[in-house]
Amino acid sequence: MTKALWTHLVKDLRIEWRSLDAIISMLFFSGLVVVLFSIAFDPRGAFSQQIAGGVLCVATMFASVSALNQAWAREIRHQVMDAQRMVPAPGSELLLAKVIVNFLFVSIVQVLLAPFFFVFYNLQIAGQAWLLVVVLPLGTWALVSNGVFFAALSMSSRNRELLLSLILFPIFIPALLAMVQATTAIFTGESDPTLWIKMLLGYDIIFTTVSLLLFDVVFHAE
Amino acid sequence: MKKFASVLYVAVTIALLVWGYYQAVYVAPVDAMQGEISRIFYYHVPNAMLFFLFFAISLVGSIGYLSYRNKLPSRAQAADALALAGAEVGVLYCTVVLTTGPLWGRRAWGIWWTWDARLTTTLVLWLIYVSYLLMRRFAAGPQMQTLAAVLGIFGALDAPIVYMSNRWWRTQHPAPVFGGGPDSGIKDPAMLAAWEWNILAWLAWGLLILVLRYRLERQHQKIAAVEAEAALNA
Repeated sequence: MTKALWTHLVKDLRIEWRSLDAIISMLFFSGLVVVLFSIAFDPRGAFSQQIAGGVLCVATMFASVSALNQAWAREIRHQVMDAQRMVPAPGSELLLAKVIVNFLFVSIVQVLLAPFFFVFYNLQIAGQAWLLVVVLPLGTWALVSNGVFFAALSMSSRNRELLLSLILFPIFIPALLAMVQATTAIFTGESDPTLWIKMLLGYDIIFTTVSLLLFDVVFHAE
Repeated sequence: MKKFASVLYVAVTIALLVWGYYQAVYVAPVDAMQGEISRIFYYHVPNAMLFFLFFAISLVGSIGYLSYRNKLPSRAQAADALALAGAEVGVLYCTVVLTTGPLWGRRAWGIWWTWDARLTTTLVLWLIYVSYLLMRRFAAGPQMQTLAAVLGIFGALDAPIVYMSNRWWRTQHPAPVFGGGPDSGIKDPAMLAAWEWNILAWLAWGLLILVLRYRLERQHQKIAAVEAEAALNA
């Protein structure tokens, strides 16, 4: 935790605090996804327990893309990106700060969304509910750390907002699978989520490390 | 001499493909359980084994590009062309696998598709490499090669994780349809021979189109370099 990282962190938090752009759009969008899934699948009884985990994860995934697209776009104006490239601090600190900030945003959205989710799907948690506090942050971290990295990668392309989804979702599939399986296991209480939590942890460690190592290459790509 | 060698190679490849077809369709005996439909395996399995090879070639190209791009630009360009060619041929072979598989599954299992471990793995790999090719198309400009190389490494990194996750997924919830793999033992020597000839033939064919694609991409790079030079001097 160095000074550069802290500066980036505080700056992004302050910008978000003044506008609340990312959180409001994510919250509304994920709420919409939850409603749309309820209409599409008519969740009642035991069936809602089965699909709730998947809906929660997919809603988070779609919603976070809107915030991830903004993560770097606001740095383009006034050539902030070029200024960032000239800063003597390593680019990985900038990446880590952005990941932490977006992780906080998505987590806030998940916490705010949870009550609606329980109401709409009539959820009763049959497994160990406290494990959700482990699974959801691990899955969110996997999503956000890859997402911020690929948002930076797709910055230079013509249609970057489309490209981000196109490259993020395939890479994220294993983590999404683990996240869905773990939350479903917790909601239904029929199986043990430990294996999936380990897998999420492994995925997080591998991809965060590689992102931090390769970020300078992407950031200074000219 | 070089031209003669390449013509010879093309001729041998075509001969191998014809011979492989003859072996698979006329020589190899009919499968006692499945009937004629089992012959699709002589195409399905070699392609499935080979697309891993081409994705591996793509990974080597991506790593090569990133390590040479500042020191030896010409070698980095060659590595980038190799990464692109490997990914394209790999996606092509993967598409053949994903097409022949359901054709067989419809007859043997009665369904086109099931979310079985191998099927899911193959589909996800296909998606990852298609996104790699899309990225190369969308992100124009000089930095595209660097970004594509990074994405190529991420995609290759995902492959073992996808493979593991599918094994865990399906061991916890056994799938309703679980066909015995094609490699659960080929006893008949004529079948084995037909299968081996087809691996050889498809390997030769894949390497041929890989080299052609690689050379085409090198030509593209040279034209782009000349055009950039001309624009600078104009």
